[in-house]
Amino acid sequence: MASAQPAIRVNGVSHQFGEPGEARHVQALLDTSLDVARGELLCLIGPSGCGKSTLLGIMGGLFAPTTGTVAIAGTPVRGPMPRDLAFVFQESALFPWNTVLENVVLGMTFQGVAKAERGPRARRALEAVGLLDFAEHYPAQLSGGMRQRAALARALSLETDILLMDEPFGALDEQTRMVLGEDLSVLLSRSNKTIVFVTHSLGEAVFLADRVAVFSARPGTIKQIIPVDEPHPRKPSFMTAPKFHALRDQLYGLLHDEIRKAISESAQPRRRYGQAGAAETDGGHA
Amino acid sequence: MNGDWRKNASHRLSSRLVQAAFLAIVLLVWFLATTKWGVSRILLPNPVNVWHQLVDIVASGAFIPDLRVTLGELAVAFAISMSLGVTIGHLISRSRYWIRVFEPLFAAIYAIPIILFLPLYVLLLGLGPASKIALGATISFFPIVLSTIVGFGHVDRRLLTAARSMGANNIQMFWYVLLPAALPVILAGLRLGFTVALLSVIASETIASFAGLGHHIVDLAENMDTARMFAYIVVVIAIVAFLNAVVSKIEGRARWR
Repeated sequence: MASAQPAIRVNGVSHQFGEPGEARHVQALLDTSLDVARGELLCLIGPSGCGKSTLLGIMGGLFAPTTGTVAIAGTPVRGPMPRDLAFVFQESALFPWNTVLENVVLGMTFQGVAKAERGPRARRALEAVGLLDFAEHYPAQLSGGMRQRAALARALSLETDILLMDEPFGALDEQTRMVLGEDLSVLLSRSNKTIVFVTHSLGEAVFLADRVAVFSARPGTIKQIIPVDEPHPRKPSFMTAPKFHALRDQLYGLLHDEIRKAISESAQPRRRYGQAGAAETDGGHA
Repeated sequence: MNGDWRKNASHRLSSRLVQAAFLAIVLLVWFLATTKWGVSRILLPNPVNVWHQLVDIVASGAFIPDLRVTLGELAVAFAISMSLGVTIGHLISRSRYWIRVFEPLFAAIYAIPIILFLPLYVLLLGLGPASKIALGATISFFPIVLSTIVGFGHVDRRLLTAARSMGANNIQMFWYVLLPAALPVILAGLRLGFTVALLSVIASETIASFAGLGHHIVDLAENMDTARMFAYIVVVIAIVAFLNAVVSKIEGRARWR
């Protein structure tokens, strides 16, 4: 209970894809530092390509930053840390050949949970997201919102202190996204998890976050951190409160210029996006 | 939904009817050609004669020794191409560089008619089963290796990332992610490989051999015993259809898409 120590400490992290001078070179993140406190929900918001998802991947040890360090509860990150943190990705990344239940169980198999424990824990997690009745369904048989619930259940079943969510509701329609946001707020108020949540929705950021970190356009770095002082679980009525709108407007004001910058930059060297993607995923699977 | 389904079912029924009618007309034209229109019986035997020959072949089991030769060649050829194709394909798929080198290369070789190698194989391995096995294995190797490369090489990266973030080790990654993701594509390649192996084994038997169904059919043609030859062709078609149905069934069971 060393509450002084942050759950996640990001220290001077920069990241580039490719080498300077190469066509595919992209400076994604520039000298970013950030502390995530235990039990807080931090949203990362910024124009597309600002490196917020890159930062999330670096926090989770999916790839190493070019410079800088990340520490989870004081331990330096050198690779995936399945016992400390779990991911929820934009497209659910459920295994399509497995049922919902099998997907959740498989996550625990990978993490190394004892066999006897996996079934009951999977059921608890599915119950928490309201999907127990769909345990035997395949992902293709579910709606987008239900798939994201299943992905959330898989992450919850790993019982990590930290949850890293990369635009988890990004592919969903506005209504589904709002309902899932409410459910998430309720769920989190009970769980006391530390969460980093990447989004490009201003409303979602204000509704969910304890603090919102606003990124500048590429090369991305944190421009400002806005606190949202409102207890969880948050009710839909919060969305119509004056405070909600004031915060949303403040965020929009901060983002507006950055988004313009990102758009005008992306209009010219368009191919850099594709190249950056290729650089990110290069190297074979083994 | 329900109406769609019913529409599909009736659609399927009518297409089946048309198919049956088509076959009936072909048989009728065949029959009339030999009985009324005076087509030479050496070139085109009477369907009734073919039927009698077919009954005789099946009842006497005369086709079994040749069938054994052909299926034996097919089994060995397919076993070789399957084990080599899947193993080599998997090894290549482990590196983007090797994929870039070998995928176009194999695709290019696959496009040439490999049956041209048969004279060489006969020269090297003789007229016996070995040359047919070599040809069948060579021809079926390419669709199998190519589909294995594609299957393993194009697994959704988000799934790999997700598995890695949850702590999957290399063995778990293979069994729970790579293999199930690649299996439908590999099985499609295996089915194609099986079909071309069967075709090339029978075809090479008709060109240069001592035994096998293909050999027997050519033998009958050279003796102008066309009615019995047609009956043998019917036997081969029935066996091929049966084998393809079995292979499709196996492939269909492993499909998740």
